[in-house]
Amino acid sequence: MAKYHITTRINGDDVEFLCAPEQTLLDVLRDDLRLTGSKEGCASGDCGACSVMIDGRLVCSCLVLAAEVGGQEIETIEGMAEGDRLHPLQQKFLDFAALQCGVCTPGFLIAAKALLDRNSNPSETEVRYWLAGNLCRCTGYDKIVRAVLDTAADMRD
Amino acid sequence: MTDSNKTPSGNGTGNGKEYKWVGTRAVRPDGVDKVTGRAKFGADLHLPNMLVGKVLRSPHAHAHIRSIDTSAAEALSGVKAVVTRDDFSDQPKGAVQPAGEMTINYRDMVRNVMAREKALYEGHAIAAVAAVDARIAAKALSLIKVDFEVLPHVIDPVAAMESGAPIIQEDLMTEGMEQSPGAMTNIAKRVEFGHGDVAVGFAEADVVIEREFTTQPVHQGYIEPHACVASMTEDGQGELWLSTQGHYVARGHCATLLGLDVSKLRVQASEIGGGFGGKTVVYLEPLALALSRKACQPVKMTMTREEVFRATGPTSGAHLWVKVGATNDGRITAADAVLKYQAGAFPGSPVAQGAQCAFAPYELNHVRTVGYDILVNRAKVAAYRAPGAPIAEYATESVMDEIAGVIGMDPLAFRLKNAPKQGSQSSYGPKFPVIGCIETLEAARDHDHYQTPLKPGQGRGVATGYWFNIGGQTSATLNLSEDGSVALVLGTVDVGGTRASLSMMAAEELGIDLDKVRPMIVDTSALGYNMLTGGSRVTFAGGIAVVGAAQDLIGTLKDRAAKFWDISVDDVEWAEGEARATNGYTDNMQPLSLQEIAKDMAKTGGPIVGAHSINAQGAGPSFGTHVVDVDVDRETGRVWVTRYTVVQDAGKAIHPSYVEGQYQGGAVQGIGWALNEEYIYDDKGRLENAGFLDYRVPVCSDVPMIDTVIVEVANPTHPYGVRGVGETPIVPPMAAISNALANALGIRFTALPMSPPKVLAAIKAANGDVTTAN
Amino acid sequence: MARIVLTGNLQLHTEGVSELELDVNTIRQLMRQLSTRYPGLPADFEDEVAVSIDGTIYQDDWFAEIAPDSEVHLLPKIGGG
Repeated sequence: MAKYHITTRINGDDVEFLCAPEQTLLDVLRDDLRLTGSKEGCASGDCGACSVMIDGRLVCSCLVLAAEVGGQEIETIEGMAEGDRLHPLQQKFLDFAALQCGVCTPGFLIAAKALLDRNSNPSETEVRYWLAGNLCRCTGYDKIVRAVLDTAADMRD
Repeated sequence: MTDSNKTPSGNGTGNGKEYKWVGTRAVRPDGVDKVTGRAKFGADLHLPNMLVGKVLRSPHAHAHIRSIDTSAAEALSGVKAVVTRDDFSDQPKGAVQPAGEMTINYRDMVRNVMAREKALYEGHAIAAVAAVDARIAAKALSLIKVDFEVLPHVIDPVAAMESGAPIIQEDLMTEGMEQSPGAMTNIAKRVEFGHGDVAVGFAEADVVIEREFTTQPVHQGYIEPHACVASMTEDGQGELWLSTQGHYVARGHCATLLGLDVSKLRVQASEIGGGFGGKTVVYLEPLALALSRKACQPVKMTMTREEVFRATGPTSGAHLWVKVGATNDGRITAADAVLKYQAGAFPGSPVAQGAQCAFAPYELNHVRTVGYDILVNRAKVAAYRAPGAPIAEYATESVMDEIAGVIGMDPLAFRLKNAPKQGSQSSYGPKFPVIGCIETLEAARDHDHYQTPLKPGQGRGVATGYWFNIGGQTSATLNLSEDGSVALVLGTVDVGGTRASLSMMAAEELGIDLDKVRPMIVDTSALGYNMLTGGSRVTFAGGIAVVGAAQDLIGTLKDRAAKFWDISVDDVEWAEGEARATNGYTDNMQPLSLQEIAKDMAKTGGPIVGAHSINAQGAGPSFGTHVVDVDVDRETGRVWVTRYTVVQDAGKAIHPSYVEGQYQGGAVQGIGWALNEEYIYDDKGRLENAGFLDYRVPVCSDVPMIDTVIVEVANPTHPYGVRGVGETPIVPPMAAISNALANALGIRFTALPMSPPKVLAAIKAANGDVTTAN
Repeated sequence: MARIVLTGNLQLHTEGVSELELDVNTIRQLMRQLSTRYPGLPADFEDEVAVSIDGTIYQDDWFAEIAPDSEVHLLPKIGGG
């Protein structure tokens, strides 16, 4: 069976890959491109561990067919830091201990960045509802929400 | 080498001393890898020539397997190996070995990882294939022909106990009960604990309350599904990479099931995306190794979320009967409970521990708890955070709350009046050592949360929980590098940040900067045995091992300094990261730092290593008291948790942020258990909600901030006073929330989860409305 | 003589005896004496128990010391999650 040939941009770099029709973007990122920072928690769009940005929009990459992303701009967790400078959200998650096992963390960071890109002064409620698509089983969400709110405050200054 | 099993005295005294690192909120050493996606979890490994493995699973809850025909699958191009029950030697009856935390029945385990005579639950593994890609592996599964004879099934534990119920294991004998010869049963065990005479106690009571409760099985809900990569070579050696709470334990299980010497298998634990007890057992790993052994290529296997729900052990659902008696002035005179827990397809529910913990927060003269372990057609239960205790204490803490209400006493005052302290006889027998039950109750009572008036329509509930905690075999090494920095070599899997706490204790002992200590969790070949991470043991037992290793290292460092100065080692002390000559030698002998000693180590005797291996004993138990406020949408039955406070005794918080994190995480798992989580089966015993959409765990918008209070009643058996904290937080929430709902609505719920349809139906019934919610 | 209390199902194998006094100095001696006295105990019963000595819990520790006036409880082994 012939594969699709896709040309796209990931974290600012031009990327080409071949994919089978049924492969999701998550499959290709992890298995073919070896960008394993995005995680598979459910493959049904319920847990958010696979969160990426496509053309500035927050999506679950497990719900996107790899064949669909030709010509689009994809941002994954691997592109969040700039060189050796962590994004303020990444640093804040560390400072606030907003992670325990860390498997949901890439998804939360992508989702939180998507929020702060749109809304520089979210309320606690807005943060909680925006992040409701990302499941965490370890932290109870408390320190995650505090980290996002505090980063927003820092970035406003 | 230090003397095993003696607690090193260390720098810590656990009583208010100021430390440089211990008690601070240092950034965790593995943090950058976790926030950049670099950290490698179970499914993140790719090896050259790697195959994809997949499992064929039973669609039936209970069925004889007459035959399995894999010929078409084996013939499919791209398929490199197929395994079935024929590829695993049976384990003899009574093949029970100490492994991990418990003795393991390997005859049961070989049947759980791959069905033999019968499929015992929907999702039970029947066969597995390894192929060059996922698509071919999936096609191969579809070509396997299985001849099932479907049997009647049973899932409810009470129904499984009745005569005439479908029998899960025909040769099962009930431990702890008389049986008629030839009778078949699903009751694996009856066990009883207690002391005194409850009849005498109830006769003394002014008020007696008796209630029955049901709980549903709930899953640990780890976000990362099981995943492994197995690689066996032509000479019978193997390497295994897996997401696990215990790689030494996994190694032992796999070696036994595959008939290998343990040392032939080298196992590396990946970073683990949650376990909570569910990853203390093996599922995919023996299959991946068996496939790899046939193919002589690495085989990667991952579970889908659906497989996690259908085929891995949740914790038990249960039926509970509780009876408590008290005097009008609030003294409990008797407590009695019968607990019936689902074990799944093989014996081993945590009913004994549930029975032991059920009344642990109370000092009682007359107490009895009876537990039954019951087989049903579902996946064998696996541990889930304080196994057994949350289920039992949900019921007992609800009844305690009700009694306090009937006699008109504040629920925390009621608990304080009956609280155990050091020397009290516990409900399960031994006298308690130093404990912090009273301290947590008082801190909860005095907290702003408890003092704040409720808004109209809201309710408040409290509950107290208990967990024993454990120690266990632990081995750690500190290797001194030539530049004075130190490698901390650990075998305790880090589920939530313990490598930070362990590094902090090492830095504290050595008196050096934290960033001079680099921790790593290594494979099974690199250290002595390390028991799995569970039982809230790592900061406790790992701490003892690390402090011991540091003391051992310091002993050698002092020795080298003495040699360097040509004085007796008795005239050398170690303080603030350096060796100092004492006894008047100081004028000639400048202190030697770790760096300076390391620089010359080749010349003073060779490499410098500190090591400590122990079987840590005397883990200190942890009590916790939770306060929760709820609001209820009376039109939908939706319960909102509006405020939550966890008060728990940590002994000593090495890293307060991660202690708080355990309190918060456990509480929110408990909120899910209380309000939404359950397995829903159809009439064929198949799971209908095998995904996160319909198996509803708490999401970010469901919960408020979780406030925490760390009480510190030092545990004398740890150099810094540490008590395990990871499990107690999940014990109180269900009862606390049920009690809060009773306070808000005047309705006592006796079944979990208290999900919207059920709450709404109860509200309507209480209002005299007999229409059903759905 | 230390006071030994058997909890859980152990007394099913000890002719109903749940409390006894034994002159033992270590857990290993305790296990050996129990096995000798009560042959009905399963061969591996030692692997299934935790031992509390005056409130401190030991699991798999043959040489933990038992004092002449110790109170010792045998419990089922404790496993966490």
